[in-house]
Amino acid sequence: MVLDAGWAVKWLTLCAQAMAEHRVELIELDRAIGDSDHGENMDRGFQAVLAKLGESTPETPGAALKMTAITLMSKVGGAAGPLYGTAFLRAATAVGDAAEIEPSIWADALAAARDGIVARGKAVPGDKTMVDAWTPAVDAARAAADRGSADLLGVLVAAAEAAEAGAVATDPLVARKGRASYLGERSAGHRDPGAVSSALILRAAVGAAA
Amino acid sequence: MTVSIVVVSHSAKIADGAIELAAQMAPGVVILAAGGTDDGRIGTSLDKVLAALEQAGGDGAVVLTDLGSAVMTAESALEFLGDPEGVLLADAPLVEGLVAAAVAAQGGADVRAVKDAAEAALGPGRQQKQGSADAAGDRPGGGAPPDCTGDFELVNLAGMHARPAAKMAGGLSSLDAEVTINGVDGASMTGLMTLGAGKGSVLHVEAWGADAERAVSYVGALVQSGFGEP
Repeated sequence: MVLDAGWAVKWLTLCAQAMAEHRVELIELDRAIGDSDHGENMDRGFQAVLAKLGESTPETPGAALKMTAITLMSKVGGAAGPLYGTAFLRAATAVGDAAEIEPSIWADALAAARDGIVARGKAVPGDKTMVDAWTPAVDAARAAADRGSADLLGVLVAAAEAAEAGAVATDPLVARKGRASYLGERSAGHRDPGAVSSALILRAAVGAAA
Repeated sequence: MTVSIVVVSHSAKIADGAIELAAQMAPGVVILAAGGTDDGRIGTSLDKVLAALEQAGGDGAVVLTDLGSAVMTAESALEFLGDPEGVLLADAPLVEGLVAAAVAAQGGADVRAVKDAAEAALGPGRQQKQGSADAAGDRPGGGAPPDCTGDFELVNLAGMHARPAAKMAGGLSSLDAEVTINGVDGASMTGLMTLGAGKGSVLHVEAWGADAERAVSYVGALVQSGFGEP
């Protein structure tokens, strides 16, 4: 199993599937603490990615990531567009033109993606945002890659599990960024929709490699 | 050779309306709209921002934005283009900043000065703070007595409102002169508007530099003609 262009296409296809399946769940989560458009925006964005994949097949994983970045920035509309767009753009830069992504480069790409989200949205861990899913995912992927194994699937799984745990851990947090921060203390007790969609994306990366 | 301006808003109507307003005061400036999403919803679009930046041309562009994700989309566009030289994001209120920027661009200001004009449009509190900082240190003309002065009484009914201020600031910024009017920068539209000068108020003009005389007579002619208003 390798992280090549074929894997990237499958990953993005599974992302689109996950966003469609979880559309209502994301809308409900966002209704509680935001403006209830996250599910619709993410679904629309990844459907547009799917359409692009139908037009032409990317030759490298980096090309697939870059196409995704531009498409999400153009089609999502809400804050998630530039945030995820920047994440995919920075990840594309991190993987470069390589035909296959090594485990350690994948960890670097996740870190670059997280740094892009932080640079764009100015959120820090604990603000109840997608950063709370990405940061543990980056750490877990790095740790798994550093264990020196060529266990690619192990790195992908580590990132996805950490992101899922990170999303769950946003439940008690009080939002300090984004629309949810307008609610102050009332934002506690709800899961952050951006953290959930981030975990879905990283889980899809596992599915594409399985 | 004028700097262009790009307006990134969540709403196509806001972008178009703000541009309509600014164009009235600075008809010679290219101002491009990137409002709403590709399919006409509320939101921002990278495609629209990129298209506007492409049309903006080579003399530089200043980007103004409305709410949070418009800022992020504009930043993403610049990152996507590899942070092109001569394209600057202004951290300014959209309408006030756009009008001030357009007037500065109309007067031939460079991209940095257009951005500064937009960011200076933050309201009287900020203006006063800047004014007192000026008084403490770097006075116009380096502390020398002005090369030319004049006093002119406002004769039009509405006094120094937005349009006259735009006209005056635009004209003065294209001259080789430092000009103050009742102590504020004559090339700053928002500075002039904070004077709150109504009909009957006297504008005291001080000018330094090669075009000092022209600057004073320019102000005099504008004021005495009532800015072409009743």
